[in-house]
Amino acid sequence: MSAGKELQQSSSGVIAAPGQVPSGVQPPPPAQESPGLWTLAWRRLRQDTVGMVSLVIVVFFLVMIAASYFGLIAKDWNREKGVSYANPSFLAGAENLEAKAMAEKAAAAKSPPVDLSDVDPLAPRYKEWEERAAKIAVTETKRAETLPFGGDKWGRDVLQKAVKGAEVSIFVGLLAALLAVSIGTMLGAAAGYFGRWVNDLLEWFYNIFTSIPYILLILSFAAVAAATGKFGKGIVPIVLILSLTGWTGIYRLIRAEYIKHGSREYVKAAQAIGASNFSRMFHHILPNVSHVALVQLSQHTVSFIKAEVILSFLGFGVPVDMVSWGTMLAEAQNELVIGKWWQLAAAGASMAILVTAFSLFTDSLRDALDPKLK
Amino acid sequence: MTAYVIRRLWQMIPTIAGVILLIFFLFNWVGGDPAQVLAGKISNPEQIANIRRQLGVDQPYWYQLLVFVKQVFTFDFGRSWSTNEEVSHILLTRVGPTLTIMVPVLIIETSLAVLFAIMVAYVRGSLTDRVIMIVCTTAMSISFLVYIIVFQWLFGFVLGWFPVQGWSESFVRNLTSYAPLPIMLAVAVGLAPELRLYRSFFLDEINQDYVRTARAKGLPEKAVMMKHVLRNAMIPILTNLGILLPGVFVGSFLLEVFFSIPGLGREIITAVNRSDFPVIKAVTVYLAILTMVVNLVVDVMYKFVDPRVSFK
Repeated sequence: MSAGKELQQSSSGVIAAPGQVPSGVQPPPPAQESPGLWTLAWRRLRQDTVGMVSLVIVVFFLVMIAASYFGLIAKDWNREKGVSYANPSFLAGAENLEAKAMAEKAAAAKSPPVDLSDVDPLAPRYKEWEERAAKIAVTETKRAETLPFGGDKWGRDVLQKAVKGAEVSIFVGLLAALLAVSIGTMLGAAAGYFGRWVNDLLEWFYNIFTSIPYILLILSFAAVAAATGKFGKGIVPIVLILSLTGWTGIYRLIRAEYIKHGSREYVKAAQAIGASNFSRMFHHILPNVSHVALVQLSQHTVSFIKAEVILSFLGFGVPVDMVSWGTMLAEAQNELVIGKWWQLAAAGASMAILVTAFSLFTDSLRDALDPKLK
Repeated sequence: MTAYVIRRLWQMIPTIAGVILLIFFLFNWVGGDPAQVLAGKISNPEQIANIRRQLGVDQPYWYQLLVFVKQVFTFDFGRSWSTNEEVSHILLTRVGPTLTIMVPVLIIETSLAVLFAIMVAYVRGSLTDRVIMIVCTTAMSISFLVYIIVFQWLFGFVLGWFPVQGWSESFVRNLTSYAPLPIMLAVAVGLAPELRLYRSFFLDEINQDYVRTARAKGLPEKAVMMKHVLRNAMIPILTNLGILLPGVFVGSFLLEVFFSIPGLGREIITAVNRSDFPVIKAVTVYLAILTMVVNLVVDVMYKFVDPRVSFK
């Protein structure tokens, strides 16, 4: 779009230049600016009820993870504030055998142990230690019997965990998708624009990456990342794994767009006025294909969120001190057998809602940006 | 056609070389020194040097690459780093269970998806069509993990219709007792995306002129759909099957992990967990080659499905 505008401006600039307007001819009234691609797309999207509803849900999730990132909500998700497997508030009456067993265990530990003072070499010092221990102030936290949506094994609030898990999962998905789209766009632009040996080389790359089954490619990267630790710490490895293996589809689409646009008149015109290769690639063509990249970004965010959940479940994803939907589901597997279904429900449902909304929004976005497809 | 196949095989060489290079780069160069992984945390420098010599990682990179290329072509990847089992033996024994699960899955899933898709496409735009599409979209957004956890719990633990997990020596027992639940799960989960995809293939065909002609000359609806539409939609369906086919050999690694099926998928997960590079390298290289061969076979099969296709 920007290229088109530039051309319009430069040509009207020539006409309006002083001395070139024939005298006696009124300058034409300024033409009403025609709406651009993004304005039109937004208008189309606004009419799409499903698209708008899903957009609202997606924005809600994004606001929620932003709030949790800045510590406004779910700040103390890691605090053990309930009894083990605390019931959800709406199931307050249900029996909690696990918590009872834990309490009994704790009580048993407190009762005086068997007297072993004649054989225990440390026995004479117990009294001294007890006195010293008594001086240290210990605050006994009262553990809640129920939590809004139940608790996990350590009595952490499942609802807060789900919020925090959403933050990690969505953040990983978005970041990986951004990186994958950047890689795919760069390589696709280079291959499509320059053609010839650059194209051959990158096509070779593409063939290599796509001939290895996707899941094996991911696991190979994960194996190396896990064994060497060279991919960084925290969520960095999983983001790198997903994006370094997931750029191929984007590359192919962007490449096709660049081949199509490379021979168009506006690019030739840009060349004529002396725009460099870089400028033609990224200032002139890129804005015209950015809608393809945007749809890809949206699509890949969804698939990377799903992939992150599975990888984290298998233990190749986020580290153990973080919580994501995947690690929650990993815990849920054993909890379900003892009848504690709420963690599974919280992680599974929040993920399903987000993924449904995100995929429907992606469809609407594609329709809005490219009405020819419909 | 022979010339076409030979040329395609010829074109595979650079890609195979690239795959070998990529795997080598990843595991030998980025992966670097595995001796420390193997020796564990407590080890003396002498032990590490010994292991390095055994694995050949003290050699220059060009020599390591040469060894790797030789391994690929002699099918001899040496022994697993963690179990000392021969890698070729691991691959051969693990393929069976994977195929026991995945071949029925592919057959059932594809036939059901084609059948439902053609039915849904026939009543396109109706309430049935829209409801099924919404159900599919929702079903696709639930994580595979949730399906496995819930189904395994429900059918294996609560209802007790199937064993929760396990595997035996006998093929018949595996197929009748241990395999049904994983197969059912894979079909249930795989059906929704495929149904959606195949429906779009059928919709592309259903509005074509030849369908109108077939109706105009008085063919019954069944013949129109099953003979004319189905055969034309077979081309994109075949392409999709070609994409799915190599995955059959990796299996659904999640299913294998959950149901303790000693297949390739679970083997890979274990190998990744143990940093057992030879196993991962071997599986990756051979499956990449297999994928290329399958793609070629699919391209040749187009000819039989669509006589208009000519090999250039």
